[in-house]
Amino acid sequence: MTSLSTQFGRDDWSRFTLKQRMMRYAIFLGCGLAIAWALTSIEVIWPWVWGAPEQIGDLFSRMYPPDPTNLETILKVLWDTVNIATFATTFAVLLSLPVAYISAQNTTPNRVTLWLGRLILVTSRSVNTIIWALLFVAIFGPGVVAGIVAIMFRSIGFIGKLLGEAIEEIDTRPVEALEATGASRFKVIVYAIVPQVMPTFWAVAILRWDINLRESTVLGLVGAGGIGIILQGAIDTFNWPEVATILLAIIALVVVGEVISAYLRRRIL
Amino acid sequence: MLKITDLVKRYGSGDPVLKNLDLTIEGESVVSIIGSSGAGKSTLLRCINRLVEPTSGTVELNGTDLTRLRGKNLRAARRKIGMVFQGFNLVDRLTVMENVQSGRLGYISTWSAITRRYPKQDIRRAYELMERVGIAHYADTRADQLSGGERQRVGVVRALMQEPDILLADEPTASLDPKTSEQIMGLLRDLSRELKLPVLINIHNVNEAKEYTDRIVGMRYGRIIFDDKPDMLDPSAMEAIYAGSPHADRSGGPDDKAAAS
Amino acid sequence: MTAPRDTWAKPPFIANPVLRWAVYLGVIAYFGWVGLTMPIDWNRVAEGIGRAGKIFGGAFPPSFERSGLLIDGFLESLKIAVLATALGVFLSIPIAFMSAGNVAPKPVFYLGRAIIIIARSFHPVIVAILFVKAVGFGPFAGVLTLTVYSIGFVAKMLAERIEEIDFGQVEAMRAAGAPYFSTLSYAIFPQIMPRQIGLTIYQLDSNLRASAVVGIVGAGGIGATLANAFGRYDYDFALAITIVIVGVILFSEAVSGVIRKRIQ
Repeated sequence: MTSLSTQFGRDDWSRFTLKQRMMRYAIFLGCGLAIAWALTSIEVIWPWVWGAPEQIGDLFSRMYPPDPTNLETILKVLWDTVNIATFATTFAVLLSLPVAYISAQNTTPNRVTLWLGRLILVTSRSVNTIIWALLFVAIFGPGVVAGIVAIMFRSIGFIGKLLGEAIEEIDTRPVEALEATGASRFKVIVYAIVPQVMPTFWAVAILRWDINLRESTVLGLVGAGGIGIILQGAIDTFNWPEVATILLAIIALVVVGEVISAYLRRRIL
Repeated sequence: MLKITDLVKRYGSGDPVLKNLDLTIEGESVVSIIGSSGAGKSTLLRCINRLVEPTSGTVELNGTDLTRLRGKNLRAARRKIGMVFQGFNLVDRLTVMENVQSGRLGYISTWSAITRRYPKQDIRRAYELMERVGIAHYADTRADQLSGGERQRVGVVRALMQEPDILLADEPTASLDPKTSEQIMGLLRDLSRELKLPVLINIHNVNEAKEYTDRIVGMRYGRIIFDDKPDMLDPSAMEAIYAGSPHADRSGGPDDKAAAS
Repeated sequence: MTAPRDTWAKPPFIANPVLRWAVYLGVIAYFGWVGLTMPIDWNRVAEGIGRAGKIFGGAFPPSFERSGLLIDGFLESLKIAVLATALGVFLSIPIAFMSAGNVAPKPVFYLGRAIIIIARSFHPVIVAILFVKAVGFGPFAGVLTLTVYSIGFVAKMLAERIEEIDFGQVEAMRAAGAPYFSTLSYAIFPQIMPRQIGLTIYQLDSNLRASAVVGIVGAGGIGATLANAFGRYDYDFALAITIVIVGVILFSEAVSGVIRKRIQ
């Protein structure tokens, strides 16, 4: 820091101090070095890279025109995909309630439950749906059960975390008022806490359902049910026109899901 | 009868907020507590129903020492103490009826609390009280749709639903405009007379205290330095209660600067 | 004044009784019918309990013997994430301008929005499969995938930021006769830079997470190592990889959170 007196009588101005400027150069340099390191050491075959635009173009040209002959099957599996997302979200919502309760600092019974709750949230959130799916396919075999359980495991952490934060942010004054009436802990929760977190609860449930629709489209790639299975099949058999149809179906699904969740959010909140 | 003896409340290791305080309230009267912010008014009120845990001393309500109670017994004692808050402390997203019935939570079964099937006599009493304070037509309205004065009436009815032996009011009018505030004070006084209910009110507005209450308790820096009929609150008593700043009290010597001034 | 009533019922959430019961019945019918008709092989599911025991038995204790493989996989994931973030953020800027309603002409705006919608609709794993088919197995497919993924998020958020900028500054530039690109760089860039830096750091974190996943379908990185371990029933190694993934994700989340807080 320069003292006040040295700042008087200066006639030059620059936006950053020397230290700030050095800092900025250091950051730019760091970013540049990181990119350079990644570029030079990554194991790619550069001729393939230069050929990539052509390859990708070729792929897309083979997809045209989309082939709708299997549309009925595609729509059927698409419906399964929706069901996986909906069931998994419903179960996850129910299971995340107790988890949120024990991982919010102001409602958790004691420190042990608090850490248990946080452990559940962190484990659930940090392991991606696909990795959960790999595990549950190994356990339950290929099919929708593995998919539902995988999405459920991933969603509990997401919903539980947001819900727990909502519980921590509630207005504590009604809680105080109901404690003053001599109501038991449980009744205070039902009357003072639950009504306050209800809007967040619905918003988070709807948001997660929307996300789960997307996630459930890829479960099939590891064998956990849904449209991913026939997508994998079509890709493996180089049936590009059908791949195109499936991709279009997925876009339609995601867009419709977004419209529905936006509508529900408006209705409920 | 409420009898507070030698009550001390200390946060952490600092100066106590309440210092060996004694106060007795007998019969059905409206008592107001005045004093500048930080004098300990709110802490005193909250020590009575143990929203704040007293450090030492006793609080007896009709012969029971409240400071010793725990768990179920504490809740049973709290049922008999109604409380009205400055910020109303309603659950905004519930209807007025649910807010009012939440005063009965200490009495009704968990099942009827969850399903909102309240006992018939509770509903009748709720309607009577709501009619009395003029909010019966709002029974199905959400609490956040009401004006400040109406919300405070809900708060009052909720407290009365407890069938309390005493009503505590923590700055019940501080969030209201002057006219509504007079209405609420008048209501508290009238209800006290009608229901033969002692009422203890923390209040900032000295004029309202003089007009609507039977007895005024003046607090300064954790002690009671005035306790008499409203007529006796003369300028010198006012000076003793409000002169200087609470900050000066704290930074000055630990012993009674207030009494000296 | 009427006599005080002694009954009260909470006003229902949906006022119209017909609609209310239709919604209730609809929900029950959906869950009942779909629940019963789902293609589930319950015998196979029941076997799962025993298998779960076997898998977890095989997974403990986690094996860090092949830590060389693990570190290589991770470095590759990191490289993929860095390159994809750089490329994705770079490409996001023009696309964001294209899809901001207040600076782009209508046809360009629709094109920009279409790019974002397509990039966002597909889960990175689907994009990864397509790129693996187009350019072959390996990290290059991963970089392309996560670039698309980054565009979907960064361009969308940036476009929203551009749409809410203070337009007075743009008008001042135009009034001074500044050409289009000067207007962009003097009146708009300064307003969106803080958001852009925050988004970049967030996206790097996000890409690191996603790079663990796209590898499962062959796009390089730690995911490929994990999928291999799983395929070969090396559950102890798989658990070790998972633990490291979780650790790195938590670490990078914490670091990115701290940096973003410092910037604001």
